[in-house]
Amino acid sequence: MNIAVLQFPGSNCDQDAFHIFASGLRLPTRYVWHKDQALGDADLVVVPGGFSYGDYLRCGAIARFSPVMGAVKEYAARGGLVLAVCNGFQIVCEAGLLPGALIRNSSLEFRCITCELKVEDSTAAFRVGTIGKTIRVPIAHGEGNYRIDEAGLARLEANRQILLRYVKNPNGSIAGIAGIRNEQGNVFGMMPHPERAFERFHPSQDGLAVVKAVLATKFPEFAAKSAAPASPVPIFG
Amino acid sequence: MKINVFVTPKKNVLDPQGAAVGHALESLGFSRLKSTRIGKLIELEVEAQDTPEFRARLDQVCRDLLSNPIIEDFRYEIASR
Repeated sequence: MNIAVLQFPGSNCDQDAFHIFASGLRLPTRYVWHKDQALGDADLVVVPGGFSYGDYLRCGAIARFSPVMGAVKEYAARGGLVLAVCNGFQIVCEAGLLPGALIRNSSLEFRCITCELKVEDSTAAFRVGTIGKTIRVPIAHGEGNYRIDEAGLARLEANRQILLRYVKNPNGSIAGIAGIRNEQGNVFGMMPHPERAFERFHPSQDGLAVVKAVLATKFPEFAAKSAAPASPVPIFG
Repeated sequence: MKINVFVTPKKNVLDPQGAAVGHALESLGFSRLKSTRIGKLIELEVEAQDTPEFRARLDQVCRDLLSNPIIEDFRYEIASR
């Protein structure tokens, strides 16, 4: 198992992301600098939160052209697992790895709160049965307002690509969307920070189940033991 | 050659900044306001000739980097020196 956490100039959740995998799950974890052209042997690539390139132009717009993103695109096209959080979610949307875009919160405020999230039955690994019906995970963003056109939203719903929805919408996201996956089911993006929800001093420990569900997509040893599917869900491959 | 690239939120995309500024304009007594949209102006200076090939390249960078076609429209004005 090999977890690669990307680092862009302005990333600030890279160490938290490193910590949940290295300490929370005791997995071999390493950083990959944005100038690197190759990812090496990675089982999961984490695109962490922060303010890459100062959020200049648009959030994630410049990071998308970092040398490492070419490697991430190839890796994702080969079916590699990607978890993109907050600014990472903005980056992978800009890169076209996930559909849609994130714009300014409808409140115009930077929202830094713990949100209640409704878990959706999205995949065999990412579902209510493995994560819980509702979870509490912190958000911290000014631009988390998810936008997609009607046809795109219909596709997300039909393919069960929505992972998490806000119980109380903090940013104006369409359909209360807090996180989505790609159609193939190997790229996961979300505004909430699971890496800020696992230590005892964190607002909750629900982030661990989220991260495990992403890993269990490819590595069944991370699947929650007791869970039986709550309802039939499509198994992607 | 000077190029002004205007990037604006798409008509059907919500513009929270524009809405907030619109409310402020109304509270200043600037009435009969129908809409306020906020975009950005990007000024470029390029040493190149205005050829169809150059325009194609410019369109491409506007689509790929300067704007996000999911949420924004762009247009540009080219002024020769």
